[in-house]
Parts: sequence; structure tokens; C-alpha cells
Amino acid sequence: MTSYTVGEKKLGLVIDLDTCVGCHACAVNCKEWNTGGHSAPLPDRDPYGADVTGVWFNRIHTFEVDDGECGRTVHFPKSCLHCEQPACVEVCPTGASYKRTEDGIVLVNADTCIGCKLCSWACPYGAREFDDDAGVMKKCTLCIDRIYNENLEEVDRVPACVATCPASARHFGDLGDPGSAVSRLVAERGGHDLMPELGYKPVNKYLPPRAGRARQAAETPERLEAVAADTGSLFLRWIDRALSR
Amino acid sequence: MHPAFSVIFFTTASGAGYGLLALTGIGAPFGLIPADRGFGFTVLALALALITLGLLSSTAHLGRPERAWRAFSQWRTSWLSREGLLSLGTYAPTAVFGIGWVFFGRLDGVFTLAALALAVLAAITVYCTAMIYASLKPIHAWRNAWVPRVYLVLSLMSGALWLNALVQLWGASASWLTILALLSIVAGAWTKERYWTFIDTTQGPSTVETATGLRGTVSFLDGPHTEANYLLREMGYRIARKHSVKLRRIALALGFALPLVLTLLSAVAAGPAAAFAALLAALSAMLGILVERWLFFAEAKHTVTLYYGATTA
Repeated sequence: MTSYTVGEKKLGLVIDLDTCVGCHACAVNCKEWNTGGHSAPLPDRDPYGADVTGVWFNRIHTFEVDDGECGRTVHFPKSCLHCEQPACVEVCPTGASYKRTEDGIVLVNADTCIGCKLCSWACPYGAREFDDDAGVMKKCTLCIDRIYNENLEEVDRVPACVATCPASARHFGDLGDPGSAVSRLVAERGGHDLMPELGYKPVNKYLPPRAGRARQAAETPERLEAVAADTGSLFLRWIDRALSR
Repeated sequence: MHPAFSVIFFTTASGAGYGLLALTGIGAPFGLIPADRGFGFTVLALALALITLGLLSSTAHLGRPERAWRAFSQWRTSWLSREGLLSLGTYAPTAVFGIGWVFFGRLDGVFTLAALALAVLAAITVYCTAMIYASLKPIHAWRNAWVPRVYLVLSLMSGALWLNALVQLWGASASWLTILALLSIVAGAWTKERYWTFIDTTQGPSTVETATGLRGTVSFLDGPHTEANYLLREMGYRIARKHSVKLRRIALALGFALPLVLTLLSAVAAGPAAAFAALLAALSAMLGILVERWLFFAEAKHTVTLYYGATTA
């Protein structure tokens, strides 16, 4: 369906830009799970050659921020934001791209996708990548085959990227429920949207880096006391130099 | 944006085809072009060949062309779907009109209605083609009112040049067509210049700061991957500024200046020389529009590049 309805439940991710260490483990675990999951396989061309290319649902970019203080490096994981107004779904001519009413997850039906790539043009975030082998578009499924998977322990029913993050920088939950842990986290930390000016209303939120300690003149370290005064006698200075060798 | 030749050829050829078809539909029932059945066959064959080759070429762009029929289902929200339906829908009145004209030599009654219907449908189809691009928010160079204007005017212009050439090759002449061709060339050059001024002097609302939501001056430090991926190949296509200036000049010369001079020549010359000049004008305009379409893609920047080092999009 290229027309869609937005339900109450809005499953999505909250990504903490303060704690992300940029290890790319989420991207690797995403690739590992999803190359055997709902949209499998995720192709890799020339994987050990010079011109390696392939489909990944999650990619980690790194930016430098000059905030007028110390400045900082921010690692920035980016995957599908499962927007409330997904233009990728609206432009799809076949109905292969759809948004689920029950939980808001945006998916592609690989059996009806014609591979026109228009959805990837309509996504401002670059969340969709084309599978040249299958001739269809692929994207993050929010690990739909994990989060509802009763064969997994309940604790493991989260997206692969969330399960693997060693810094707990990724959180999964219902952002449509203001009382959920993720919604509270967004409220507490001032979570924000990406490119809100385009009006896609992404469900995924990003938590900004916490303010760094301001650099102050008073923090200039005190000078250490000299071990030996350089105004000793010629003999003492010679001893000092000889012992310092 | 990556300029895929299949799509560039599609919009150029089908644009000219629909322009030619619409003008034929308006001209034939009112005796503005030769009513000869042979002429009818020639002009409709050329228009349908341009349209059909264009549409077939556009399916070459698909990952699964055998599923192209599925694209007719989502007309409620998708301009691509609407364009597919209308392009198919235009064939129906064209068939009625063509059968009446070519087989029975009739252009009256229901055949006039069919002719007017196909003219309207052809114009809406071209509008839908333009709206596929003009509806995409992440691409500032596409999401503006100049895009449908340029597509419509250039479709009219190339259609008028082809019809003018065919009329003259048929040994007839139609001064309204010469005037329409000249006026549409001027209008085409003016709209395209305005489009280029628009994309040169304005930029989209998104920056690397809004794309990341980070406060401060944000600069790109390191990418997620060392080699190019689909996003960079498809959306990160870049063209050097100096090349784009040169190509704009080529598009203006081939698309507008040369057709203008050749159409004027065909108006003052007589016989085969006039027809030859009119044919050259149409061919030159097609080449110019191909270059213009190539630039339409190559100069368009997508917001995804903000995640790969661009500061504005």
C-alpha cells in the first residue's frame, strides 16, 4: 500500500550520540543478522578486492563539531528512521514499499518491487540501498524477524544493532507511548529529529552529546617546582648534568 | 543525481512524442495540417515511435522490468504510477483517432473528440513525468515550479519542431506551426534560463547541521566505508562547475539557438532546402534537450550527500 495509516504504536530506535564510541559493531551485527533475515541476502560485490561494495542497513558516519569550546568528535550511526510521513512509501508505484499500521515499521515487499529506485531518491536520509543481484530495493526492517521472534529469549527480542552495542548507545521501544522507557529518555535528554524541516517526522530520535566541561583560564596547570635550582655553584650544576644523563 | 541514459532518453523522446501527438490532435480536426491519410500515418507513426521507445527505454532502468505492470496500481499517491496510467491511457484515444484518420480518412465527430482527448491526456502525461521529479523534497534542484514548466514547454517545443518538419517534408506549409515553433523556442530558452538562475541562486533548507541535529559548526571527519556505495553512485553524482557551464552553453546552442535559426531559414527558404532546415531544427533540438536532461540530473544535489561531506544540499 502506498497510502498508509499511522497507528498508535511507533516502534523505533533512540541513538545516544553522547555514548556512541564509533566501533561499527551495530553495523556489523546488523549485516550479519539481516543477510540471513527478512530481506536476505545482503549482497557483497568483490568483498576482498579493491572495489568492494554491498548493501548495509546501518552505517556509521563520523563528524567533528566546533561548538566554540573544546570541540568534539561525534560518531553518528544512521539507519532507516521509520518516518511517520515516509515519502519513500508514497512515491512507490507498485505498493511494494509499505508502512505497517500496527507498529509503524516501513518495509519492502521483495516480491512486488520493480526496482525503479524512486523510493531511494525520495528518502532524504539515504536509508535505502539497491540490491543489484535481486534487482530490488532493500532497507532496515527494524529486525522484524527478531523483535517478534518467539524462538528467541525475550531479552534478545530487540534489533541486532541494539543487542550488540557495547556502549548501550542504542535503545529500542515504542516511541508512540509517552510512558515508555525510550520516550522518557527522549524527553529527559532532549532527543531530536534529523532534518525536521523536510517534514518526514522520523520516529527514530537522536540524543545530543552532553555539554562538555568549559575550558577555563583558571585550569592552566600550576608550574612544578624545579628539582634543582639552576643558580647553584658551577660544581653542583656539573653534578646535576652528570647525574641527569 | 546519477544521469541514467535510459531515463534521459525516455523523457526527451516521450516528451517530443507527446508534444507532436498533442499538436497533431489539435491541428488535424481543424484542417491546420494536411488531412492526407498518408500524412496521418507518418505523423502518428513518428509520435508513437518516440513515445513507445521512450517508455520501453524507461523500463531498462528498472531492476525487475518484467514486473513493470505493477506500477499502474498506486496512482493515489505516486506520480510515477499516475504517469504510467496516463501514458497507457493516451494510447486509447490515439488508436481511435489514428484508425479514423488513416483507415477511413475521417477527422470529424467522434474522431475529433478522440483527437482533443489525446491532446489533453498527452499534456497531463508530460506534467506527471515532471512531477515525479518535482515531488522529491530531498532534491532542491527538482522540487520547484520551474521543473514542470520546463518539461511542458520543451515538450511543446520539440513537438512543434517535429510537426513543422513533417509538414514541410510533405511539401505543405503551415505558418501557424512556424510561429508556434519560434515562440516555443523563445519560451523554452527563457524558462530554462530561469530554472538555472533559480538553482544557482537558491539552496535547499537542509544543511549538515540539520541533517545531524548537532549544535555548532559540523564538519565531516570520516565516512562509514572506504569505497563508493549505492548511495554515492546514485545520489552523490557530482559534476565539475566548469563542465556544467560548458554543457549549459551546448544545451542552449543545440536546443534553442540553432533550431531558432534553422526554423527561420525554413520559413524564408523554399522547397527541399526549407524542409531540410526544418528537419535539422528538430534533430538539433532533440540533441540539445538530451544535454539539458543530462544536466538536470547531474546538477541536482541530494540531501544524503550531507552525510558524506557536503555542507548544503
